[in-house]
Amino acid sequence: MIQLIDIYKIYPMGDEEVHALDGISLDIKEREFVAIIGQSGSGKSTCMNIIGCLDVPTSGSYLLNGQDVSAMSDDQQAHFRNKTVGFVFQQYNLIQKLTAYENVELPLIYRGVHERDRREVVMEALEKVGIADKHKNLPNQLSGGQQQRVSIARALAGKPSLILADEPTGALDSRTGAEMLDFLQQLNGEGHTLVLITHDMNVASRAKRVVSLSDGRIVEDKEVRH
Amino acid sequence: MNVKQSLLMALKSMKTSKMRSFLTMLGIVIGVASVIILISIMNGLSDQITSNLKNAGTDNITVNVFGRGGNRSFQYDDMERVVAENPTFFTSFSPNVNASVTVKNGTKSVSTSVRGTNEYYQDIQSVEVEAGRFLEFVDVERLQKVCVIGSYIAEELFDGSVYEDSTVKINGSTYAVVGVLKETAKSEEASADDIVYIPYSTATRLSGNSNIGNWVVKAADVSNIDAAITELRDKLYLVYGDSSSYRVSSMSQLIETLNEITSSISMVLVGIAGISLVVGGIGIMNIMLVSVTERTREIGIRKALGARRRAILSQFIIEAATTSAAGGIIGIILGIVLALVAGSLLDMAVKPSINAVLIAFGVSVAIGMVFGYFPAGKAAKLHPIDALRYE
Repeated sequence: MIQLIDIYKIYPMGDEEVHALDGISLDIKEREFVAIIGQSGSGKSTCMNIIGCLDVPTSGSYLLNGQDVSAMSDDQQAHFRNKTVGFVFQQYNLIQKLTAYENVELPLIYRGVHERDRREVVMEALEKVGIADKHKNLPNQLSGGQQQRVSIARALAGKPSLILADEPTGALDSRTGAEMLDFLQQLNGEGHTLVLITHDMNVASRAKRVVSLSDGRIVEDKEVRH
Repeated sequence: MNVKQSLLMALKSMKTSKMRSFLTMLGIVIGVASVIILISIMNGLSDQITSNLKNAGTDNITVNVFGRGGNRSFQYDDMERVVAENPTFFTSFSPNVNASVTVKNGTKSVSTSVRGTNEYYQDIQSVEVEAGRFLEFVDVERLQKVCVIGSYIAEELFDGSVYEDSTVKINGSTYAVVGVLKETAKSEEASADDIVYIPYSTATRLSGNSNIGNWVVKAADVSNIDAAITELRDKLYLVYGDSSSYRVSSMSQLIETLNEITSSISMVLVGIAGISLVVGGIGIMNIMLVSVTERTREIGIRKALGARRRAILSQFIIEAATTSAAGGIIGIILGIVLALVAGSLLDMAVKPSINAVLIAFGVSVAIGMVFGYFPAGKAAKLHPIDALRYE
């Protein structure tokens, strides 16, 4: 499903060049649960941005569902993100002025789904994360765990094939974090491909496969037995 | 992103930051309100002038003669003949011989203007008589020393009690008062009530000038008034041989000219008021730029979720247009209210027009869109990861 072929991402920094990704090749198949682990500066965030179509590589090609994303225009990428990727961010990244319902609704609005069809999908997603009763609340009226649930519901609403979670437990206490991971695991069991980016080995160990990054290269890629 | 959603979002953000939105709108509010006020006042003024002139009769043709003429001049008989020979153009006429005089009754005296006319004048100018009668053919024919006085004169010289045998002295000669006119302008000095009518024939003798410089001719058909004017000009040219010696104009032409003048004055005034609309637009652009910077993260989230450039662009443009349209609506209401208040305080006719309201609204929306375009474009071009990382 995901095919990274010899990806380089090079940023100019003053006179020097920083190789955030230094020749990465990675295959992720459908329904896999992969954790990408690394210290800060290892290139894992850049890797996630490229997998999530938020950024394009300097060189190399990236095939997502067989389509070459690195050659797409801004708007094509936006369309592709909207259809294929569900993001779960560390900072939840909910829009503070919008209610839980409206936040979950956004990807559907951008997809052009009609208002009367949106309602059902949004409520279904909110029910799935167990927060349907709070759909009228604004993000600042919700706890961290509840906000992360809303952001998962938002990722689910568009029924993406890929869920991309960037440090999803980073801002949560360990008990809520564990709940959230249980939930993501459950989604993986239901057929979503799940890519988890983290620096925490305990979190990564839940995955079926762990890819370790260091200095922009893959240093280890192993299956995990549970 | 559909328009309705953007509109609701814009209204929401206006509600959450009321003070800022109000200050942003203020320029538009002031601009629109002043445009509405000016247009209302100018409309009212032009209506008032037009209706006053219409009361004076749109079928009246005014003839002014400046030249003395070489050998001969255009006399009463000439005008009488022209009118009699062209019944399809003209129905009647009257000379206007004006003079400033002192009118006395015993020890009371007033300075006023006397106007020498004939028996048709009453009908032509719709003069109404309160008591007695207006001038008649015999008065004119026999150079009788009779007069019809305005209500101001009656008030000043007779305390309002004029009798059948009342007389006045005009520049020392005794005139019989045969009629008193109906009050038309609150009997004030220098108003339409401050006048004395005498036969024109008597008046030329009084003023010592036998040439008649001013006429009013009643046209038979208003729709044919231009041909009637041409006919009069032709006749006058035969006498004077020089078209600068006289002027022939109709009230409807005058109304047209006045309307042109008032509308160009209001264009200038509205143009000046319009400058504040531009200033208001710049205010909106300024705030929108701040808003785009403040909401960089929001834009990043929207883009990550699949918003295309156009969706972000239209969201911010709609937001700017909504802000300025709201300012426009407030300005329209404020403008109408202030115009009506000013109208009643200053005793002026004001007339807010639906066109002005629609144009003001349209212009304010357009200003929002034009000045919102630059900040919106800036937002749309943001790169999603840069925007997401923005703190």
